[in-house]
Amino acid sequence: MEDMKEVIKAYVIKEYVEDDSEVTYDTPLISGGIVDSFSMVSLKRFLENKYQISIPDDKATPEAFDSVNKICALVNEFLK
Amino acid sequence: MAYSDKTRGTYQETITSLKDAGLFKQERYIHSAQAADIEVEFPAGAPLKKVINICANNYLGLSSHPEVVKAAHAGLDSHGYGMSSVRFICGTQDIHRTLEQMVTKFLGTEDTILFPSCMDANAGVFEAILTKDDVMISDRLVHASIIDGIRLCSAMHDTFKHSDMEHLEEKLQLHNDKRLKCVITDGVFSMDGDTAKLDKMVELCEKYDALLFVDDSHSSGFIGKTGRGTHEQYGVMGKIDIITTTFGKGLGGASGGCVSGRKELVEMCRQKARPYLFSNTIAPPVVAGVIKVLEILSASTDRRDKLEKNTEFWRKGLIDAGLIIKAGDTPIVPVMLFNAKLAQDVSRDLYEEGIYAIGFFFPVVPQGAARIRTQISAGHEIHHLEKALDAFKKVGKKYDILGKTKQEIIEKYGM
Repeated sequence: MEDMKEVIKAYVIKEYVEDDSEVTYDTPLISGGIVDSFSMVSLKRFLENKYQISIPDDKATPEAFDSVNKICALVNEFLK
Repeated sequence: MAYSDKTRGTYQETITSLKDAGLFKQERYIHSAQAADIEVEFPAGAPLKKVINICANNYLGLSSHPEVVKAAHAGLDSHGYGMSSVRFICGTQDIHRTLEQMVTKFLGTEDTILFPSCMDANAGVFEAILTKDDVMISDRLVHASIIDGIRLCSAMHDTFKHSDMEHLEEKLQLHNDKRLKCVITDGVFSMDGDTAKLDKMVELCEKYDALLFVDDSHSSGFIGKTGRGTHEQYGVMGKIDIITTTFGKGLGGASGGCVSGRKELVEMCRQKARPYLFSNTIAPPVVAGVIKVLEILSASTDRRDKLEKNTEFWRKGLIDAGLIIKAGDTPIVPVMLFNAKLAQDVSRDLYEEGIYAIGFFFPVVPQGAARIRTQISAGHEIHHLEKALDAFKKVGKKYDILGKTKQEIIEKYGM
């Protein structure tokens, strides 16, 4: 779980953070303006490729993608 | 009464909050034709003031060019004022097709379709050529009209970091399973004045079999040795699949736009693009004016050459004065002030000095990147630019920003 959190956090920082802003597991990503709703697509595809899962569009909501912790919970839901 | 006090109050509150946030936009009334020298009423009711305009998209100084005005008059006389129709019912005249063919030749593409504006071209093109099985991969700083067009299209959408070719390649790999991939960029980015790396983008698009879309609105007529646009500057003419551009900037400044590129894509727009199908054709006098503009620009590069010299003079003058500008070689020259209030104060003081230039700040540009965006024209003479430089020096001295670093300005005024 910790490993997954670190992997997702590292991806978010590499992909979306263009300055030295700190990102924690609870930092609001979408509502905080770090990830725009357009860019959620690449995050969803990254998770699906990395964890070999399929996240239905109706589950890939801005709320479900709003922090590293929430994303991990979503991924785990489909890993089971 | 449908428009109740409650409804009115809701809108009044919204407008008040825009004013409180410093986001309320006020028009300035220009009482003259568009040119380097204009007469402005601002605020409303104030006496007219003669100022030098350094914030128009009138890059080639053709907005009020006598030959263009004369051609528009002739077009009005020969083809009338309006067509009262969309193109495909009874709104296509011989001159509309002539203009499409001239644009095709000028840009070096296969075919062209006119739209009421480039905003409409960008709003309609993606939906017309892509489906839900495809993906659009856009630079993160593309123009608002492109973002609207992307929103109207059912294809998947992803972004790459501004001008970051490694990141673009990662995205092309990530989405390689899609039926069609379309990479989307501005040619010249309107807020920073930098250009897309089209040579690299063409290479990547060829490698991954992706379409390449370029909005060249801030380039057509003056970027590249003969002014054909960013694709000429980067040596990739004939390799851009879709170019959109406007006739509302360098190419005469009136209105209208187009999609120009691969003939099948243009045909798809003719069949399916909603702003083309459901909005009036470009008015005949405007079409006649743009035809004259293209004749002028095809006969001589004098105007784009003068613009290039003016731009060099202006960029060097600002740097020598100790101001911070965004690097580049286009006539969009942002003078960086970083703080929103400082940008507004400098703009107001420049106006007092007879220079019309506007401050841009969040959310139009990122937080802490407020600026005065200056735009140079072939309609400027050196004396215009010298006067504008003197004003920038005087106002810059007042605010003690000349020769200061970004850090020093931010320390003094905040982000």
